[in-house]
Amino acid sequence: MSMALPANPVLPPMPSADPMVPHIARVRSVRQDLADVFTLEIALESGEVAPFAPGQFNMLQIFGVGEVPISFSGDPAEQDHLIHTIRAVGPVSKALTELGPGDALGLRGPFGVGWPMAEAAGQDVVIITGGLGLAPLRPALYQLLAERERYGLIVLLYGTRSPEQILYRDELEEWRRRLDMDIVITVDHADTDWRGHVGVVPALIPHATFDPLHSIALVCGPEIMMRYSIMALLDAGLKEDNIWLSMERNMKCAVGFCGHCQVGPVFVCKDGPVFRYDRIRQLLTLKEF
Amino acid sequence: MEGLERIVGEHRFFAGLDQEFIDLVTGCCKNVRFEAGQFLLREGEAANQIYLIRHGRVALQISDPARGEIVFQTLGEGEVVGVSWLIPPYRWSHEAKALELVRAISIDAQCLRNKSEVDNRFGYEMMKRFVPVLVERLHTTRMQILDVYGTPS
Amino acid sequence: MQAFEKIALTTDGLQALIDALRNEGYRVIGPSVKDQAIIYDDVETLADLPEGWADEQQPGHYRLKRRNDSALFGYAVGPHSWKRFLHPPLMPMWTAKRDGDAIKVEPGPACEEKFAFIGVRACELNAIAIQDKVFLAGPYVDPHYRSRRENSFLVAVNCAEAGGTCFCASMNTGPKAEAGFDLALTEILENGTHIFVVEAGTDAGRKMLEALPGRPATGEEVTAAEDIVARTAKSMGREMPAGNVRDLLMNNLEHPRWDEVAERCLSCANCTMVCPTCFCTSVEDASDLTGNETSRNRRWDSCFTMDFSYVHGGSVRPSTRSRYRQWMTHKLATWHDQFDTSGCVGCGRCITWCPVGIDITEEVRAIKDSGGE
Repeated sequence: MSMALPANPVLPPMPSADPMVPHIARVRSVRQDLADVFTLEIALESGEVAPFAPGQFNMLQIFGVGEVPISFSGDPAEQDHLIHTIRAVGPVSKALTELGPGDALGLRGPFGVGWPMAEAAGQDVVIITGGLGLAPLRPALYQLLAERERYGLIVLLYGTRSPEQILYRDELEEWRRRLDMDIVITVDHADTDWRGHVGVVPALIPHATFDPLHSIALVCGPEIMMRYSIMALLDAGLKEDNIWLSMERNMKCAVGFCGHCQVGPVFVCKDGPVFRYDRIRQLLTLKEF
Repeated sequence: MEGLERIVGEHRFFAGLDQEFIDLVTGCCKNVRFEAGQFLLREGEAANQIYLIRHGRVALQISDPARGEIVFQTLGEGEVVGVSWLIPPYRWSHEAKALELVRAISIDAQCLRNKSEVDNRFGYEMMKRFVPVLVERLHTTRMQILDVYGTPS
Repeated sequence: MQAFEKIALTTDGLQALIDALRNEGYRVIGPSVKDQAIIYDDVETLADLPEGWADEQQPGHYRLKRRNDSALFGYAVGPHSWKRFLHPPLMPMWTAKRDGDAIKVEPGPACEEKFAFIGVRACELNAIAIQDKVFLAGPYVDPHYRSRRENSFLVAVNCAEAGGTCFCASMNTGPKAEAGFDLALTEILENGTHIFVVEAGTDAGRKMLEALPGRPATGEEVTAAEDIVARTAKSMGREMPAGNVRDLLMNNLEHPRWDEVAERCLSCANCTMVCPTCFCTSVEDASDLTGNETSRNRRWDSCFTMDFSYVHGGSVRPSTRSRYRQWMTHKLATWHDQFDTSGCVGCGRCITWCPVGIDITEEVRAIKDSGGE
């Protein structure tokens, strides 16, 4: 009796949709945050609900121009629309910031590993961010505040170049009035109208109030700021497995096929963009890797 | 003077300092206060005083004809205002202004330098405390000049 | 027919195989001489195959030369690999058509072809298995690769000679075709006879074999086939140094050898084009003049290009040194972390097709011998 020989190869099920083909989304509203930064509220044309986790991102497509990865920056509890804050730095992002209500764009997502909200339960949460880094962390803040009782102290340390560059300023000032979270904002330099801190984010960490033995840190911003902040967090007593950061690299596909976003062994698109610090510590110090 | 000695001895800047050195440094100290808007030091003046902030916030700034007063760092409780007294020509390179009511320990820089010359062990204890302030300022300044939040051109 | 029973086919039998595959609707691809190289192209008759041709390969050197026999598979590998069919160099992904205010996105055409590959080397079977991991085993599945792969029929050929740059034995990827084929042939030319000893690797392969005009291979023929492969295994001209290459490279990321190879490397990307496991791609967006019809193509890309790692106003890897290091450490080191296997199958193509003859095994040896661990 002959033996059955293996089928060749063992195939996973055919995906129901090609992850590289975009859906159509429409702009509902546009808000200008800074000179070159705009926040878009968009929704899928099909009306489909698109749940996401804080820290994830979408690929936004301007047809005929290109596609860029943009983090979600809205409230994860609001699933009927998507909020994205975009800085105009290249042809695609510039075109995105020039869209108006009713305009169409392509959308693929959600992609990526998000912030460790489950791990944060019961811990003090220290959020360290700078510049546009606040945008990918805002969904985490919304969730933390929506279920406030699940977490310990919440501290937000935020730095920008100057007071004019503070993102989401109205919202920050509103949050600052709360009694159950600390917000400290610092700027690189200011004129004397500014009554707040002038200096760098890492310098705020030794003065912030949190229990380093029961804290989790979420870090997002320019890489230099993140590295120095992480050193200050470690000096303050946090451990490497309690610090999480969001990385950024060139992305063409967001699904781990194009190879562009690799940093050593990790693909930022599917192994990240949020990484636990101990996993990528060596990668952060390697130059040109 | 007794009250001042206690204040100096309890300030965290002098934590771990032997009592004989606390006595020495107290001899150079006095208690000062600045109202909001008052200057602690001005650019170009002789760097004669060091201020250890006990309470309140101070802005370090530089004036520019076109841009006005530019604040490049703010300091608060426990921090040191004034580092140019460490090296000749002992002259302030910028200004420091009280942002609110500020209470501080003012240390006579000449007095401190003289006592350090006479007793080098005392001098070394002072250096161990003041040099880290310089290093931290340097690190902070480096991050600032890198303009990490700026859009790359 | 018993399982694992080996069949002997004549050259007529091989033609019958090609015909049967074509009759079943396969597009049969096999080796062919074109532009002074043996490449993979459509094959209809045995005359399309490189009869009597061998390839002379050394670092930076490839020439065809005449054999003194009529072997149909008497070469090693050429600049093509099967990835050009399973993972095409250029592929339309979608078009978006604007009609007034409405936009409709249409996915690109599904692949209608089913491929039959004739002449898949053991190293290439491993390369295909590696790309299976990349495109099928992760959190996302590439539907294009999957449909091409699902419908493919692989006829492997065991190597009768080690190529000039081959090192499959030291990579445990050959020269014997062990798994992943529907049929595997060993070509035997002896005493005026020209036969192929064939074994089936899958039910599909066995079914195909049953319909061909073959006869059970004799014990001598089976032994002769085994000897051929054993001889090939012993005659490799180079080898990847033994030991943990992954750790060796990751522990020596600032080794001076990277500066040395950077002085030779032209960053031309040939190695990534010919490598059967390199899979990186990029996307190209195009628009017609009115802007009403836009489209996106996927095309092969290479980590050797300057803008491969472009982010925020600069490239993460602006130097040739960093890009060469990226390619080699990915291929031999971090590939293990990502896919649980080496990325290299020892086919030697990168060595042959490098214009300056950089040899990946020599680079590893240089780091290892200079005290790297």
